[in-house]
Amino acid sequence: MAAVLNTPTVLPLHSFLAQKGERDLLRFSTAGSVDDGKSTLIGRLLHDAGGAFEDQIAAVKASKINRAGEGKVDFSLLTDGLKAEREQGITIDVAYRYFATPRRKFIIADTPGHEEYTRNMATGASTCEAAVVLVDVRHGPTDQSRRHARIARLLGIRHVIVAVNKMDLVGWSETAFRKVVNAFEGAYHVPISALEGDNVVAQSAHMPWYHGPALLDLLETLPVGQEAQTAFRLPVQLVIRPDARFRGFAGQIAGGRVRVGDMVTALPSGREAQVTRIVTYDGDLAEAVAPMSVTLVLDREIDLSRGAMIVSGDKPESARRIHAQAVAMQHEGLVEGREYLLRHTAQVVPARLIKGSLPMNGIGEVELEITKPLYFDPYAVNRSTGAFVLIDRLSNNTVGAGMIDRAARAPRRVSAARQAAAWLRKAADKLEQFSDGAGI
Amino acid sequence: MVAQFSRPCLLYSIGKDSSVLLRLAQKAFYPGKIPFPLLHIDTTYEYPEMIEFRDRYTREIGAELLVYTNQEAVAAGANPYDLGTSKCCHQLRTRALVDGLKHYGFDAALGGARRDEEKSRAKERVFSLRDAHGQWDPKNQRPELWSLYNGHINKGESVRVFPLSNWTEFDVWQYIHEDSIPLVPLYFAEPREVVVREGSLIPVQPNVKFLPGEVSETQVCRMRSLGCTPCTGAIRSQADSVLTIIDELKEFKRSERENRVIDHDQDGSMELKKREGYF
Repeated sequence: MAAVLNTPTVLPLHSFLAQKGERDLLRFSTAGSVDDGKSTLIGRLLHDAGGAFEDQIAAVKASKINRAGEGKVDFSLLTDGLKAEREQGITIDVAYRYFATPRRKFIIADTPGHEEYTRNMATGASTCEAAVVLVDVRHGPTDQSRRHARIARLLGIRHVIVAVNKMDLVGWSETAFRKVVNAFEGAYHVPISALEGDNVVAQSAHMPWYHGPALLDLLETLPVGQEAQTAFRLPVQLVIRPDARFRGFAGQIAGGRVRVGDMVTALPSGREAQVTRIVTYDGDLAEAVAPMSVTLVLDREIDLSRGAMIVSGDKPESARRIHAQAVAMQHEGLVEGREYLLRHTAQVVPARLIKGSLPMNGIGEVELEITKPLYFDPYAVNRSTGAFVLIDRLSNNTVGAGMIDRAARAPRRVSAARQAAAWLRKAADKLEQFSDGAGI
Repeated sequence: MVAQFSRPCLLYSIGKDSSVLLRLAQKAFYPGKIPFPLLHIDTTYEYPEMIEFRDRYTREIGAELLVYTNQEAVAAGANPYDLGTSKCCHQLRTRALVDGLKHYGFDAALGGARRDEEKSRAKERVFSLRDAHGQWDPKNQRPELWSLYNGHINKGESVRVFPLSNWTEFDVWQYIHEDSIPLVPLYFAEPREVVVREGSLIPVQPNVKFLPGEVSETQVCRMRSLGCTPCTGAIRSQADSVLTIIDELKEFKRSERENRVIDHDQDGSMELKKREGYF
């Protein structure tokens, strides 16, 4: 007998109101192909936790495509939303699916596993706190599962969960499970059978040797929301000035917390000011934390415009040359010597790749030189102020993404330094047209 | 979004998602006003309650409202009965939207679409690029990492921006409840005159034609999502307040857009419409 499935709990109205807003959110990525049982796993999570509707399941059952086998439901049709994907039986681009349990809300970013679509895997994983990497217990880790784990770690995802699938096909063998655990590093390993439901939503009765949580249990209890614990960072998206009496700086808090009365520093000017009001549509606040969107009013007139940053606590680093881990995401790769537009927090600045060409889908170390000092935190400390994307000036396409680890050393050779200085002067002249940034 | 584009607008359909989006825009610029106009694509098959609500509410909050209709198609008598739903929708919604954006010179349009609505929408970026003809290329979308949205476009191209991408139907109703957002009364149950067509309840309006053998009846019902009068069904429901709707939602076993005839008129329906520029 397979594991007992939980039916989704329907809460009565009063308990819904009692918990309103209290459920937090976990985003996790999945990757791989039908063969790993990825779609079966997602289908099971959605189905068992009430994230798929009857008419959608019925449409899947009625479809002329079915790769799951006679009499079984091909759940991949739920997430492979493009015609080309359903016809070819591959995932090309990331799909987002949603479900909730009484403890937590979830967003699944279901990403492609093929190398060709690495950029779409990175797109899906970039906002996740956890990654569920599927491994078929009979075959061990594949290239796709290794790539998923690698990109997840690169993007700073701390919770890499290795779901060792198809345990039913190896007689629920602990030895087979241990072999995968030893071969493939991860923060957690869970032996499951997506097809039978063992250790997905409910604990399996077939594997008494496994004492850890079922996958959903684990996903419900992973810690989230730690951006509030770093130093305060507010990249300014917009200066709000409805009339002469009001001047506020609006943006989404990228780290830490701010209280009325706090002394803050405006970057790049370095001027200090005191926070007099934290304004929102729903009334003023005494305190705000990441990732809330707020408008700050300061006690004195200081120069602050879009792309600037208001900070307190430990100062961010400042450098014209940065060292980063980057991914190349278009056919032309990332080319040493080429100039790109670098989008970081709410600003766009010209930047030149001075070290580390990368081919399409390549991942590696690069150095960039920027026309003016960039204020950042290492990506490992703060994802929002440590991440950037590179935009091609001609095609306008996003061609690369990067995670800053540190300031890079200044060039040693004088001639190189002179060249760089000349280039910087030239680029600085062009700066004015790039005062824009992200989000409303 | 506002900083990245020279002429943005908010696509206002008068539905619940648009209403939430509008509230978010008010919040984003508070205490300032929303710095862009609202654009409503009027198919001329809208419910009268929607038009009444639209005019009253936008006036109340002091927003600038623009309305665009594909007059040529209306003059030619476009209707779903003769053209079929697919062609009618293309003329009055997709064509009108693409032309409307061009007419006013908008290079970015905020919309209330959500990824949980439909499986091709589940694939869409928050900043979704459209070529000079307003078309979407789902196989070649820009990478979109973190919240570093790339709004750089070439002349003639435009971007659809979907801030509610990651909201679910439940989230929308919860927000409507917590923020007391006013809605068109069509969302709330009351006795209405309807015809039952292929299991859907189609409310009777002057422009809804009876098919042979159909008669009207009175049913207590409400709309779960709003579209054109002939192509959007109501559901049987007693839920007459936001809270009772939320309660009902938790027990739903069928999806929100099931009542939208246009999603089911061909395989991969929504993807095809979206490629051509549908919202």
